[in-house]
Amino acid sequence: MKKFLLALTALSVALMCGCSHIEEYEEDIETTEDEVEIQTVNVSNKDYYSRFKGQDISINVYNWGEYIPDGSEEGILNVNEEFTKLTGIKVNYSTYATNEELYAKLKGGASTYDIIIPSDYMISRMIKENMLEPIDMSEIPNFSNIMEKFRDPEYDPGSKYSVPYTWGTVGIIYDKTVVDEEDIGWDILWDEDYAGSILMFDNPRDAFAIAENLLGYSLNTEDSEELRKAAEKLKEQKKVIQAYVMDEIFDKMGAGEAIIAPYYAGDAVMLMDEFEDLDFVIPESGTNLFIDAVCIPKGCRNKEAAEMYINFLCEPDVAYAVADYIGYSTPNQATFEMLDDEVKEDGISYPDDDFIEEKTTVFCNLSDEANLEMQTLWTEMKSSEEQTPNRVIVPAFMAICVIASLVILIRRYIKKKKDIF
Amino acid sequence: MKKLISAPYLLWMAVFIIIPLIMVAYFAFTTTDGAFTLDNLAAVSQYSNIFIRSIWLAAIATVICLIISYPLALILARIDKSYQSTVLMIVMLPMWMNFLLRTYAWMTLLGNNGLINAFFGLFGLGPFKMLNTQGAVVLGMVYNYLPFMILPLYNVLAKLDKSVIEAAQDLGCNNTKTLIKVIVPLSMPGIMSGITMVFVPAISTFIISRMLGGGSNLLIGDLIEMQFLGNSYNPNLGAAISLVLMVIILLIMTILNQFDEDDDRVLM
Repeated sequence: MKKFLLALTALSVALMCGCSHIEEYEEDIETTEDEVEIQTVNVSNKDYYSRFKGQDISINVYNWGEYIPDGSEEGILNVNEEFTKLTGIKVNYSTYATNEELYAKLKGGASTYDIIIPSDYMISRMIKENMLEPIDMSEIPNFSNIMEKFRDPEYDPGSKYSVPYTWGTVGIIYDKTVVDEEDIGWDILWDEDYAGSILMFDNPRDAFAIAENLLGYSLNTEDSEELRKAAEKLKEQKKVIQAYVMDEIFDKMGAGEAIIAPYYAGDAVMLMDEFEDLDFVIPESGTNLFIDAVCIPKGCRNKEAAEMYINFLCEPDVAYAVADYIGYSTPNQATFEMLDDEVKEDGISYPDDDFIEEKTTVFCNLSDEANLEMQTLWTEMKSSEEQTPNRVIVPAFMAICVIASLVILIRRYIKKKKDIF
Repeated sequence: MKKLISAPYLLWMAVFIIIPLIMVAYFAFTTTDGAFTLDNLAAVSQYSNIFIRSIWLAAIATVICLIISYPLALILARIDKSYQSTVLMIVMLPMWMNFLLRTYAWMTLLGNNGLINAFFGLFGLGPFKMLNTQGAVVLGMVYNYLPFMILPLYNVLAKLDKSVIEAAQDLGCNNTKTLIKVIVPLSMPGIMSGITMVFVPAISTFIISRMLGGGSNLLIGDLIEMQFLGNSYNPNLGAAISLVLMVIILLIMTILNQFDEDDDRVLM
């Protein structure tokens, strides 16, 4: 029993350590909280929103996790609730973690959504596969708020199917107390000086984009040879990588577990708010610019209500609340003008137009073959090992199984003979 | 009457077990257009090293679970009844917590700046690289599936007839011999179900390897997940991998069960 008590004490000590961390963390949030004023929504045209009042309509919204202000903290707008208050339309809200999950869900056809928010390349794939409903832009007067440069994007020529929601770039988050270098470029992710302290994207598209950038290829390349070279580059990188992660970056960078990691600008802003040692840089050589845009999938039940929701998201006040809460950049000109100069000019969330024009690439959908090849190369890269001790294991394992079976059979046979006599 | 009673389960089995299994097989043998093909199965062979790693790590985890659990279950079955429920509760306690959360906790424990390395740091040791290794994956498996090994073992050992052990001792067996010749063979059903309950989820797990293995120790579970939620949506290959995995598990279980029957015969 004594040992159990000992174990229990150890456990509670560990828990207490954990708790104190959480408390500190909450305090951090509260202090930043005080500066935020309570947000309100002023909409441009109240009549527009009152069409469906009292008709008991509801729409299903399917969005990324943590991707809309939900009123969870004081002073933060609850977008869905505000929308219901304004229009009388109920919002059923659910979330997904990746574009691919969204795609699989829609492809499975088990559920109907009225609003989805996929990223650029997924939108072009869905357009190609006829999964999206064209949006009637005359129903969305606030589309005029969208910045010129985000209209008529490559993934959706003529903006027929999508209205940009947020955007951002991919850059490198690093601990400035350890990394003391100028001109940080993508090659720092290959730097052996930081071996074991570098994190990397755990999804092939983003990871390949970095390698392609270094090799000077297009981020949308479908060339088999180029993809193979990029995979080799990534394989080279494997020995310095601590782990392949996505959102675990928040924990690992926050706890000082890792020093360098590529990630999305919006998340970097959030991390830097919390941890002063962290800094963010967008490599000069260029990067990927991603756009998440609101779409209406085929099979939606109430298109007009969905369009009303999209229009609501384009209200400057709402878009401001979104940008403020999730930290991603806004494509909404009216909202952009409401931002603090500090945010506008720090070069993280809003790099200057020349850079965007010349050095960033938006992902397009790749062909099925290229996607498949990338996936195969990625799996191969991740499962390859430098030390290959496992070669012996399979035959050994099989041999043991066979020998064991034989031994049993022989023993049984002998016993049977004994039983007979 | 008997048939009527079993009807709900039969229905359940048909709808949620048999039909999905048939669909897995159907997907595994067809292309996206629905034509028959063996390409999916052939494509699985390029991932043989992932299969090997999964089998290997799951086997190690199972053996460690068995080695830890057997003595515990043995002691547990012998101690005072009033303590038994308390200890059993402690065994079950981690399982009340969410699986993901438990695994996530290990991330902070094992990290370079984690609690364990901080402890070693007090003595000027380390930091040791523990997270993002195969060892961490095995640890995660052992930690998460240990109760599945302890419970069946405890069940069997608690019901073991004491007079059999006494008889063995009467007939001149020392403690070691009693254990090897009587207790272990009699507890074979518990060992078998324990092994099954640990090995099967361990071999097909996917989140443990991602969180503790750093994403570079891919297991079969990860591979299957990637076919559905990865870059290319490929349910046919995913189904084929699942099918191969099921066949492998079946094969291993059959081999293991041979020991079981064999020992039954010894007793008879």
